[in-house]
Amino acid sequence: MDRLKKIEEGFFRVLMFCSTVLIAITLFLIIFSILYKGLPSISWEMISQVPKGGFYFGKEGGILNAIVGSLYLSFGSTFLAAIFGLPLALFMNVHLIRHKKLVNGIRYVLDLLWGVPSIVYGAFGFAIMVYLGIRASLLAGIITVTLFIIPIMVRSIDEVLKPVPRGLLEASLSLGSTRSETSYRVFFKQTLPGIITAVMLSFGRAIGDAASILFTAGYTDYIPTSLHQQTATLPLSIFFQLSSPIPEVQQRAYASALVLIFIILVISILSRLLTRKYQRNQINF
Amino acid sequence: MMENVKIRIKDLNLYFGKQHILKNINVEIPEKKITVIMGPSGCGKTTLMKSLNRLTDLNPDARLSGSIFIDGEDILHTSEDITKIRKMMGLLAQRPYPLPMNIYNNIAYGLRISGRKNKRFLDRRIEHYLRQVNLWDEVKDRLRDPAGALSIGQQQRLCLARGLAVDPEIILADEPTSALDPISSQTIEEKFLELKSNYTIVLVTHILRQAKRIADHVVFMYLGEVVEQGTAREIFENPREDKTKSYLKGLFY
Amino acid sequence: MSKVSLTRAVRFKRIQVSRHLRDKMNSAWMLFTMVIVVVMPLILLIGLYLKSAMLLNQHSIFHLLFSKEWKPLSGEFGFFPFIVSSVWVTVVALLISAPVCLLTSIHLTQYAKKWVLSIMHPVIDMLAGIPSVIFGVWGILVIVPAIGNYVAPFFGKTVSGYSILAGAIVLSIMIIPFILNILIEIFKTIPVELSEASLSLGASKWQTIKFVLVKKAFPGIVSAFGLGMSRAFGETIAVLMVVGNVTQIPTGVFQPGYPLPALIANNYGEMLSVPLYDSALMLAALILFVVVLVFNFASRLLIVRYERHF
Repeated sequence: MDRLKKIEEGFFRVLMFCSTVLIAITLFLIIFSILYKGLPSISWEMISQVPKGGFYFGKEGGILNAIVGSLYLSFGSTFLAAIFGLPLALFMNVHLIRHKKLVNGIRYVLDLLWGVPSIVYGAFGFAIMVYLGIRASLLAGIITVTLFIIPIMVRSIDEVLKPVPRGLLEASLSLGSTRSETSYRVFFKQTLPGIITAVMLSFGRAIGDAASILFTAGYTDYIPTSLHQQTATLPLSIFFQLSSPIPEVQQRAYASALVLIFIILVISILSRLLTRKYQRNQINF
Repeated sequence: MMENVKIRIKDLNLYFGKQHILKNINVEIPEKKITVIMGPSGCGKTTLMKSLNRLTDLNPDARLSGSIFIDGEDILHTSEDITKIRKMMGLLAQRPYPLPMNIYNNIAYGLRISGRKNKRFLDRRIEHYLRQVNLWDEVKDRLRDPAGALSIGQQQRLCLARGLAVDPEIILADEPTSALDPISSQTIEEKFLELKSNYTIVLVTHILRQAKRIADHVVFMYLGEVVEQGTAREIFENPREDKTKSYLKGLFY
Repeated sequence: MSKVSLTRAVRFKRIQVSRHLRDKMNSAWMLFTMVIVVVMPLILLIGLYLKSAMLLNQHSIFHLLFSKEWKPLSGEFGFFPFIVSSVWVTVVALLISAPVCLLTSIHLTQYAKKWVLSIMHPVIDMLAGIPSVIFGVWGILVIVPAIGNYVAPFFGKTVSGYSILAGAIVLSIMIIPFILNILIEIFKTIPVELSEASLSLGASKWQTIKFVLVKKAFPGIVSAFGLGMSRAFGETIAVLMVVGNVTQIPTGVFQPGYPLPALIANNYGEMLSVPLYDSALMLAALILFVVVLVFNFASRLLIVRYERHF
C-alpha cells in the first residue's frame, strides 16, 4: 500500500519534471531551428536594401522596407497607445482609488479586450476604413494596432501601479499637490521602471502581430514617406515570402524571421537594462 | 526534575538563508501537560513549533541542526517516514484552514489517508470527534455542507476535531484563538484543559492572560533564544531573568 | 516692500489657477480615455454587426452557422466547415497543453528548486513574447514535416502534414505560457497553512497536492483552461500557415482544416469584388468575437468568484 503510493508520487514527479523540461526544450528548439535556417541566408544586403525588380523571384534586394515599416508602425502605435493608456492607468489608480468596484469593472473590460483576437481588430479596422472611405495605409495600420495594444498597455501599467501603497498618495495630496500632479510627478516617477517594461511589452506585441495589419496597412516595396502610404511589415513579409514556391525566397523568409526574433530579443534585453538603470529613483518599501 | 519528558529539544539551530532564526534551543516538554511558548512577536515561537513536526521542510531555504527527541527518538535524524511523525502531532493554526471539502470529509480525510475507509467506522469516529469539540449538535444536519460555510469559531473547532481524529499524542497549537471571538476562544481553552489528561499540548501564544489561565509549564523566548523555562508557578510568580520580568509587567509585547 | 509682496501674492495666485486648470484638463482627458475603453467592446460589436447585417438580412443566422455550402460566387455562405475546423484545432490544442501546463505549474510551485525557477521564468516570458508568425515558420519547418513523414505513416496514413494536428500542436505551444502563468498565480495564492494542515494529518506531499491543492484550485484551473481556449480560438497567422486551409468538414486530426480566423485572413483580397463576401467575412469576425467574449466572460466570472472565497 505504502509502496504503491511512493511509486505513484515518484511517477508523477518524473512526469512533472519532464513536462517542465519539455517546455524549455521547445523554446530552444524554436530558436535553434530559426537560427539554423536563417543564419546561412542572412546578409548585409538583406537588411540594407529594399526589394529590387524580381525580388520575389529570388533576385536582388532586401527587406529594409519591411523592417522600417514595422518600426514606424510599432513606434507610432506604441506612442498613441501610451498617450491613451498611461493616463487611464493613472486615473484608475489615483483618481478612482475610492471607487473599487468601478476600477474592477474597467479591469474586467480591459481583460475582455485583451482577449479579443487581433484578427477581429483587423476586421473592425477594415470596416471603419471602408466606412470612411480610407485605403490601406500606415495610418490605418497604426490606428488598428493601437486599438489592439491599448488593453495590453493599460493592464500592464495598472499591474505596476496597483502595489503602490496608499500612503504615498495620501502623503502627496496632503502636501497640497493636485491629483494629476500626484499621478504624473509621484506615481509615474515611482513606477517608471515598471512602466517602461509595460510599454516595451506593448511594443513587442505591436511589432509581432500580423493579423491586425493584414487588411489595414497594405504592403509595398518602398519605405513609406507619409502616413497615407501603404507600408510593408516584417511579419507579413515573412508570411508572403514563405508562401512563395521559390526556394531562394523561402530562404529569405527564414532570414526575415531571424531579424524579427532579433528585434524582439533586443527589446526584451533593453527593457531589462533600462529597468535596472531607473531603479535608483525608486523607493523600496 | 520532570517525571515524564515527551519532547526534548537539544541544541536546535535554524537558519532561513543567512538569517539565524532559532539559536541554541534546549527545551523539555512534559507529557500530558500544557506547555505554553510565549514571547513577543517575531521571537521564533511559531518557527520552533513548526520544527517540531518538520513543517519547516516546506521552506527550501531552511536549515536545521541539533536534535529533537520525541519519546527518545530523534525526529530530525530518523529513518522513520515523515508522515508518521507528523500524524503523531495534531496542528491547530492561527486561523482555521478547513480543507476544501465538506464537513464530513474534513474529518474523514486524515482517517482515509491512513487507510481507514470503512463507512460505518468513519461515521462513528466522525460523530465521536465532533461531539468531543461540542460541534456535533450544531452541524449534524449539514455534514455535507462545505466547511467554509461554518463560522470562524466553528471552523476552528472543526480543525481541532480533524486533528484529534488521526489519534495524535501531541497537539501543537499556534495562537489558536487569535482570530476568534471571546466565547469561541473560551471554548477552545476549556477543551485544552480537558484534553491534557490524554494529550501533550504545546501552545504558542502572546496573550499573557491566556498563558496564566491554562499553562502548566512555560517557555519564554526572546529574539530566537529561550530566555527562561520552568513550571507556570516558577515563571509567573518568581521569574529569574530581567527580560521575563519586564515582559510579564507588560513593558513590551 | 508691500509692492513686492503684492506681486508675489499675485504670482502665487496665478500659479495656483494654472495648476488647477491643468489638473482639470488632465482629469478630463483621463475620464475621456476611460469612457472610450469602457464602450470599446460595444463599438466593436456594433461595427462588426453593421457590416455583417447585409448577409444576416438575407439568410437566417441558423442557416449560416449550420450550412455546409461555401460558394461565395453563387452567394452561398455556410460557415459550418470553418466552425468545425476551429473547434477541432482548439480542442486538440487544449488537450495537448492542459496536462503539460497543470503538471508544470505544480512542479514549479511545489517542488522546483530556485535554479529551476530562475531558468523557467525567462523561458516562459520568451515563449510568450515570440510573434505568432514565428510559430508558423517553425511549424512549417518542424511540425508539418514531422507529421507528414513520421507521425501519420506510423498510424498508417499518407498525408502532407498540413493538418488539424499541426495547427493544434503549434497552437498548444502558443497558449502554454498564457495558461501556465495563470495556473502558477492560482497555486501561489493558496495559503501554505492549508498544505500544513493536510501534512500534519499524516498526508504525504503528493496526497496533499492531489486531494487538497488541486481541489482548492479547481475553479481557477477550469477558468485558466477556458481563457486558454478562447485565446486559441482566435489565433490566426500561425494556424493558417500549417493547417492546410481546405474547405471541408474534417473528421480526423490528420486531415486539413480551415478555421474561422484563417478564412478571414486568406480572403480579404477578394472580398470587395464579390457581392456579400465582405459581409460574410465580417460575420466570421463577429462570430469569433462573440465566442471569445462568452468564453472570457464565463472564465473570468469563475475566477472572480473563486478569489472571493479566500
